[in-house]
Amino acid sequence: MSAHNNGIWSWITTVDHKRIGVMYFVTALVFFVIAGVEALVIRIQLWRPENDFISAETYSQMFTMHGTTMIFLVAMPMAVAFFNFIVPLQIGARDVAFPRLNALSYWTFLFGGIFLNSSFLFGAAPNTSWVAYANLTSSQFSPGHNVDFWLLGLSILGISSIMGGVNFITTIINLRAPGMKLMRMPLFTWMTLVTSFILVTALPVLAVALILLAFDRFFGANFYQPMAGGDPILWQHLFWIFGHPEVYILILPSFGVISDVIPTFSRKPLFGYPIVVYAGIMIGFLGWGVWSHHMFTTGLGPIADAFFVASTMIIAIPTGVKICNWIATMWGGQIRFTTAMLYCIGLLAIFTLGGLSGIMHASAPIDLQQHDTHFVVAHFHYVVAGGVMMGLFAGLYYWFPKVTGRFMDERLGKINFWTYFVGFNLTFFPMHISGIYGMPRRTWTYAAELNIALPNMLSTIGAFIFALSALILVYTIIKSAISGEPAGPNPWNAATLEWSIPSPPPHYNFAEIPTVRSREPLWREEERREIEAVTLKVPDVEPVMPNSSYMPILLAFGVALTWGLVMTGKWWAPVIGLSYVGVCILMWAFEDPFARKGA
Amino acid sequence: MPTTEARPRFFHLTALLLGLMLLGACQGDYPQSSIDPRTDFAETIHSLYVQVTVWTLAILVVVWGVLAYVVIRFRENPNRPAPKQTHGHLGLEIAWTIVPALIVVAIAIPTIRAVFETQTELEGDPLIVEIIGHRYWWEVRYPESGVTTANEIHLPAGRPVTLQMNSADVVHSFWVPQLGGKRDVNPLRRVGPEGEVRGYTYLYFTVREPGVFLGQCAEFCGEGHSLMRMRVVAESESDFNAWLADWQEPSATATAPPPPQDTTIQTPAEDPLVTLGRQTLFTSTCVACHAIQGAPAVGVLGPNLTRIGGRMTIGAGLLENTPENLFRWIKDPASIKPGVQMPGAQEGGGGFPPTNLTDDQIRAIAAYLSSLR
Amino acid sequence: MSDTAVAEDHHYTATGLPTWKVGFWTFLGSECLFFASLISTYMVYKGASTTGPFPADVLNIPLTSVSTFVLLMSSLAMVLALDGVRRGDKRLASFWLAMVIVLGGTFLGFQVYEFTHFVHEGLTISGNVFGSSFFVLTGFHGAHVTVGVIWMTVLFIMSLRGKLTPAEALKVEIAGLYWHFVDIVWIVIFTLIYLLQ
Repeated sequence: MSAHNNGIWSWITTVDHKRIGVMYFVTALVFFVIAGVEALVIRIQLWRPENDFISAETYSQMFTMHGTTMIFLVAMPMAVAFFNFIVPLQIGARDVAFPRLNALSYWTFLFGGIFLNSSFLFGAAPNTSWVAYANLTSSQFSPGHNVDFWLLGLSILGISSIMGGVNFITTIINLRAPGMKLMRMPLFTWMTLVTSFILVTALPVLAVALILLAFDRFFGANFYQPMAGGDPILWQHLFWIFGHPEVYILILPSFGVISDVIPTFSRKPLFGYPIVVYAGIMIGFLGWGVWSHHMFTTGLGPIADAFFVASTMIIAIPTGVKICNWIATMWGGQIRFTTAMLYCIGLLAIFTLGGLSGIMHASAPIDLQQHDTHFVVAHFHYVVAGGVMMGLFAGLYYWFPKVTGRFMDERLGKINFWTYFVGFNLTFFPMHISGIYGMPRRTWTYAAELNIALPNMLSTIGAFIFALSALILVYTIIKSAISGEPAGPNPWNAATLEWSIPSPPPHYNFAEIPTVRSREPLWREEERREIEAVTLKVPDVEPVMPNSSYMPILLAFGVALTWGLVMTGKWWAPVIGLSYVGVCILMWAFEDPFARKGA
Repeated sequence: MPTTEARPRFFHLTALLLGLMLLGACQGDYPQSSIDPRTDFAETIHSLYVQVTVWTLAILVVVWGVLAYVVIRFRENPNRPAPKQTHGHLGLEIAWTIVPALIVVAIAIPTIRAVFETQTELEGDPLIVEIIGHRYWWEVRYPESGVTTANEIHLPAGRPVTLQMNSADVVHSFWVPQLGGKRDVNPLRRVGPEGEVRGYTYLYFTVREPGVFLGQCAEFCGEGHSLMRMRVVAESESDFNAWLADWQEPSATATAPPPPQDTTIQTPAEDPLVTLGRQTLFTSTCVACHAIQGAPAVGVLGPNLTRIGGRMTIGAGLLENTPENLFRWIKDPASIKPGVQMPGAQEGGGGFPPTNLTDDQIRAIAAYLSSLR
Repeated sequence: MSDTAVAEDHHYTATGLPTWKVGFWTFLGSECLFFASLISTYMVYKGASTTGPFPADVLNIPLTSVSTFVLLMSSLAMVLALDGVRRGDKRLASFWLAMVIVLGGTFLGFQVYEFTHFVHEGLTISGNVFGSSFFVLTGFHGAHVTVGVIWMTVLFIMSLRGKLTPAEALKVEIAGLYWHFVDIVWIVIFTLIYLLQ
């Protein structure tokens, strides 16, 4: 049985959602370290005015790759790691709906990430920022392969995300255990569902933006060429129609995590469950109507600006409601300050600040001053590094015992949290100040006469504390995975279904699929006993699980290969890759995942 | 340990107060400050900024206050009974939906008013100035008087101004914080069979008092983006008009002085270095891109050098304008400004071959350019 | 197409719908946004070209009406093929699957003719922005039709070999969903590009 096999090939061919989840997390963590190093290089360069630690060109590559990596190779896949490991367990499923497709998503993501980063080997790392505004990205103004790596790498990652989104929507809609009604689902599963809907709808828009750019660059099309009737601002629209929903793709999973963690450590059910769910859906939905608030300076005219001011401000309301509900959940509780809970409280404190500076930019005239300055850099790091990443780390400390059967080291965890908290604030709070005093974003250096050396120096010091925290985190993970204290099935005494099975879970998850009768099944004594009677037993006959398969990695390789061949600029080159992909798809289609070996 | 849990919020508050003190103190020392309004436009933004900051800080204090209270008050305590299993409260939910909604409305109304106010051309005979963004410098044109200059924008104080902006290459953004918000500078598009031109963007403001204000490009435009700086020189209307009148005439040393008509009058002889520089410049490749009014230099790709000697800085706000800096700049501009579209003496740049000028020639050119006042 | 692992293993699903179908509808939702973005781009750019050929110079409504009709008929054939599979009528199923392939192929033939003709008239992907957006939009649609034709060919071979029993009808149904979707997208494209110039 493959699932009992631990060799390297068993990981490469696995279709087990839990193993794929672990691989997603480890890969994202590696990219997190890479992006962190890029951030440190940026901060060293900005240590003092007129510095020349690195060249302007290297600096452009650093901030472009830092942004692209953090968003597409760290924050998104780390959330997907939890989708993978946790969601099937939370809804009482044995795997995701399409296990091989799930493996394909992972390998496509991995190859996309490697493709993007391989640009460093060619000295051609992307250098036009993570938003890559046209027409700077045209072959005229960016003749090298830098932009090619970026746009092709991103489209590979987009394919992976769309497949993942389809998979999780289907899983959550169709594979819930009996009695797991939609309004009984844990909040993390809910937010995964909303996020997945955004993924499958927002990424095609990015795909089109990238395709148009690819046709401009490789086949001489005119989509973003102003002198031929094209419009560089079309890029901005398409990019942000994807880009703002993307912000919610990043934050909603974290909102889901803390909505599960806070009740556990407050010993109270989530306050206003339906409201928190609806607020999440509202945010996901309204997120589609606010994209031009990234374009207040573009010059769309007062009517468009006024509309997007209004729509953006409306989105603040459901967000505020969520924060109120989380605090109300803690109110009257018995709060245990585990590291996971500290990260939740940290998220509440920091995300609130980031959200409020967001309200400042939502006011278009104020944004005319703050847009593209370090004030905005501070804002979105409060939201992403403070909000998104803290939520994900809360999830890490919370679910680690489920994944490995061992606790994360709480003492190291506290050190990790406090260095994170201090380092984070010291890095990003001063950026509000440097931004207010006139430091634009994406600047390699700044004039001494601007008098912003002090906040920049503080930021750089903070960044090193922040980096230290990341190292402590990596060390804690490794140490705890090897020698952490053993944890039982439900070490936190939590309420949801994933805690009803052994830690780590058997490869089939549930010996028998339990029936759910409430929102907090394990907090109701009678229901808990009923469920654990089927979930903790050792089955006489192990449930049949799909076979492992080589097809996902072979097909994912084909996708990356095809995209790589596009870069040759020969129209027939990618056709070779496509033929390979076609053969893989056929073999995939006729592979029986349940075929008996030797039968 | 309740106090440990409360510390982050105190840390935050102190940091915030520290920040505010920094913001409040010594305004004059921050020449690119976005909270030091010097025009009606900047003032509109600033009053809105203050208003929204007060609202958001108030919300922040309340949320952090409640959070701190909850964290301290409801920490685990075996002496308290198990928590009551509440599931929600409709009244509370309605309350914390309506209150933020009201605050949002309170912010949105003045915001939308300001959106329309700041995008309307000002009355009272505005001066139209055309700004053209180039990688990595700013071209400035005064269409009414035909004057073209670069990187130093002279404006009359007290008179409304309309900046009409476009880009010669990629998207830039014009930002002089003390004069108001930024506005993207987009490449012009040709659209439709008639080739209709679209894509101008505008800024409208009146500078209140004379002064020098710093600004720079705020939309990433390539390697030299961080060094695409500029200055705005606001002068009294009479000074501005005098400046403009001067600029409509060629500089006295633009061309060789005519042979003296009346030999009895002693005219001081021209510095031979200037004479040499003039001759060298006009026979070099420099004039393919640069123009000097009244002289046989009519290139349009690079900054117009008419009266460059009178500018405060060279290299788009980068270096103090001295003959030594001019020398360094002409010899190897790429070492000062990465990505610059100008060739140096030994190395090409911007797709152009090296100028192959000797140090002596460059020194002479620098002397000539410095004389153009 | 047998990636129904978990769903097939336990026939219970929370909605009662086959898992493959839910997944495929989700994918089609994603495709909607893809084509919506391409179509919007076309609409923004159709009048923006500075140089010809302009839409009115090259677009041939009568010819494209014929190819549109052909594609519509292929959807009908698809319905009948599915019906054949459901009834277990191998001959009927194979015949109608073949018809889908022939009609789809004919549509592609029209498109190849149209593209070459347009290039002949001077409309290219790099010539003007109408050309860029026209070729990319209709090209991506054509690529979808091509994938559909290949898919149908695989099903056709399976049908001939007797592998498409009524129990396998879901495979044909899903392929049909895809085919009808591509067909509907074409109707939108035909209306917006050709009829409403």
